[in-house]
Amino acid sequence: MMTNKVWVFVDQFKGEALPASWEAIGEGLNLAGTMGGGVTALVFGKDAESVAQNALHYGADEVFFADDETLADYRAEPYVSLVSKLAKENPPEVILFPTTTRGREIAAMTAVDIESGVLVDVVALDVEDGKIVATRPVYAGKILTKVTCDARPLIITLRGRAFTKPEPDETRTGVVTKVNPALSSDDIATQVIEYTQAEGGVSLTDASVIVSGGRGVANNPSLTPPDGMDEKEAEIWRAQQGFKLVGDLAGVLGAALGASRAAVDADYIPYEHQVGQTGKVVSPDLYIACGISGAIQHLAGMRTSKVIVAINKDPEAPIFTLARFGVVGDLYDILPPLTEALRQRLGK
Amino acid sequence: MNIVVCVKQVPDSAAKVVVEEGHITWGDAPLVINPWDEYAVEAALQKAKEHGGKVTALGLGKEEETEALKHALAMGCNEAIMISDPALVRIDNLAAAKAIAAAIRKMDEVDLVVFGKQAIDSDTGMMAAQVARLLGLPALTLVSAIPALDPDSKTIRVVRSIEEGKQVVEGKLPAVISVGKDYGEPRYPSFMGIRKAARATIPVWGLEDLGIEAPSPVVLWSEVMNPPVRDVTTEIIEGETPKEIAEKLADKIMAEKVI
Ligand SMILES: Cc1cc2nc3c(=O)[nH]c(=O)nc-3n(C[C@H](O)[C@H](O)[C@H](O)COP(=O)(O)OP(=O)(O)OC[C@H]3O[C@@H](n4cnc5c(N)ncnc54)[C@H](O)[C@@H]3O)c2cc1C
Ligand SMILES: Nc1ncnc2c1ncn2[C@@H]1O[C@H](COP(=O)(O)O)[C@@H](O)[C@H]1O
Repeated sequence: MMTNKVWVFVDQFKGEALPASWEAIGEGLNLAGTMGGGVTALVFGKDAESVAQNALHYGADEVFFADDETLADYRAEPYVSLVSKLAKENPPEVILFPTTTRGREIAAMTAVDIESGVLVDVVALDVEDGKIVATRPVYAGKILTKVTCDARPLIITLRGRAFTKPEPDETRTGVVTKVNPALSSDDIATQVIEYTQAEGGVSLTDASVIVSGGRGVANNPSLTPPDGMDEKEAEIWRAQQGFKLVGDLAGVLGAALGASRAAVDADYIPYEHQVGQTGKVVSPDLYIACGISGAIQHLAGMRTSKVIVAINKDPEAPIFTLARFGVVGDLYDILPPLTEALRQRLGK
Repeated sequence: MNIVVCVKQVPDSAAKVVVEEGHITWGDAPLVINPWDEYAVEAALQKAKEHGGKVTALGLGKEEETEALKHALAMGCNEAIMISDPALVRIDNLAAAKAIAAAIRKMDEVDLVVFGKQAIDSDTGMMAAQVARLLGLPALTLVSAIPALDPDSKTIRVVRSIEEGKQVVEGKLPAVISVGKDYGEPRYPSFMGIRKAARATIPVWGLEDLGIEAPSPVVLWSEVMNPPVRDVTTEIIEGETPKEIAEKLADKIMAEKVI
């Protein structure tokens, strides 16, 4: 076994790694550059051989690979116990995780086992005088903090899309070391009964382009809903017409579909799509907000987007203060020709 | 059923939070119950009603920071307890988790511990997992529904929201769960509840009551800063017709080279 000082946990689901894992390997390599050595990837699962290979392609030179039935469906206990066991046997300096639902949880629990600290949801890492200093947003991004921790191994989770994803190189090779699970199935107190996949489409947190709709999508008085609908049904029907336009634009851009909380709470669209403080925090290259006022809790979820475009009838809407481009107008008028214009330019 | 729900007091989500002279301040914005914890209280109250039993709201903070606990009482929790000790000021997540775990150990026969998804001030989202690990209990996090719970056979079945969809997981009681917004709207405090909460005395547990040493923090916030000002000049796209505006906007977006 080699003794790399930097480990990266690769978060995979059913043989598919989440992109933030590769970003973490990229940042792991930067960190390893300051400490000497390479990056060791941790890949756990069942039939996840290709993920282990990919970890090498993305830059790890060693993989601790556990392939076992008990690791097939994610459950915290077997994953955490194995990370802790490896970290106790052969302690690294740093273990990086992507800030995914699983990454955050395993990081938190591993810290208990190895009595260390977690620097969570970090957006920048620096080494100052040999000391690791992480930058992370708190108070929904209203404040940035610099955080440090002297305990080792230090656990850090990295926010998705805050670090560059390296280019994979299929010629790159390394050592894949098989490791045994730390727990047997009798030791695990939870059981996965069932799994239902989310409807297809681009995932919000990985998306480089997001098109979002707010309460404004329901506001088109000239639409006549089908007969026999009560007021609430008619409103939802209108909103669906509006979200169709938002969805068409998202389709042309290969974008994920977002929403404000007002749109979610009014049952226009499921909660999975909510962007903001009590939804998902996103950071795409392009964010197009349609019929969204830009309340502080919404801005908290998308303020770090690179280019923001706002379409809103109200020139005073706060969303315009963050927008690079704004259109003061009705989304029902603007979206169809905008979708068409972009379709032409993108040759779709 | 003995249910504990952990609630934190935080500045209102609409508050303007800034760094002034090296310190974080939110002016005179009100302190409220952490928004995620309202969902946790709702879940706890529903389960207590279905299966009988009581709900204890548990907070950790300064002695006078009782706003979240009062809100939980007003929503219908039976009791509230505050963990407070001078040695617990400025601690990190793991140290806080140790104090909360010690308090839960001190209560007898807790069947279910409920957390919110995340505290909107420190934004860590790790407490449920860490307390579960400290107590040696299963952690069922990001719960959007609890389709089955049986205090007799001591089992719980939850639906978890993960990146890829929904996962149905079963575990043994006692268990630790964290609850998300997709659980469903939390109730408003009733008038009677508010009156009851206003009159309630909330016992305070210090380190001595918990029987633990002061846990020492390892994670330090060495500096707090206002985020860099986003220097955008907003360009409003105008035109005679929607088509003209759309064409101009499409050109501008293309020129940014983000698609
Ligand atoms: C604790 C807490 C947490 C919250 N978390 C979140 C969160 O995570 N995410 C979130 O989004 N919100 C969140 N909110 C809610 C937030 O405060 C706002 O209420 C919400 O964002 C408003 O959504 P909206 O912009 O769609 O609706 P509105 O504020 O009603 O705005 C609708 C906008 O659409 C425009 N409009 C109307 N018709 C048209 C049309 N035809 N064409 C173009 N424009 C049109 C209007 O001018 C208006 O600006 C939270 C609130 C609280 C208290
Ligand atoms: N000081 C505290 N007092 C009571 N509960 C807390 C405290 N801090 C965190 N929690 C609980 O833990 C959850 C997650 O918080 P955190 O891990 O700090 O983001 C919150 O939603 C609360 O339920």
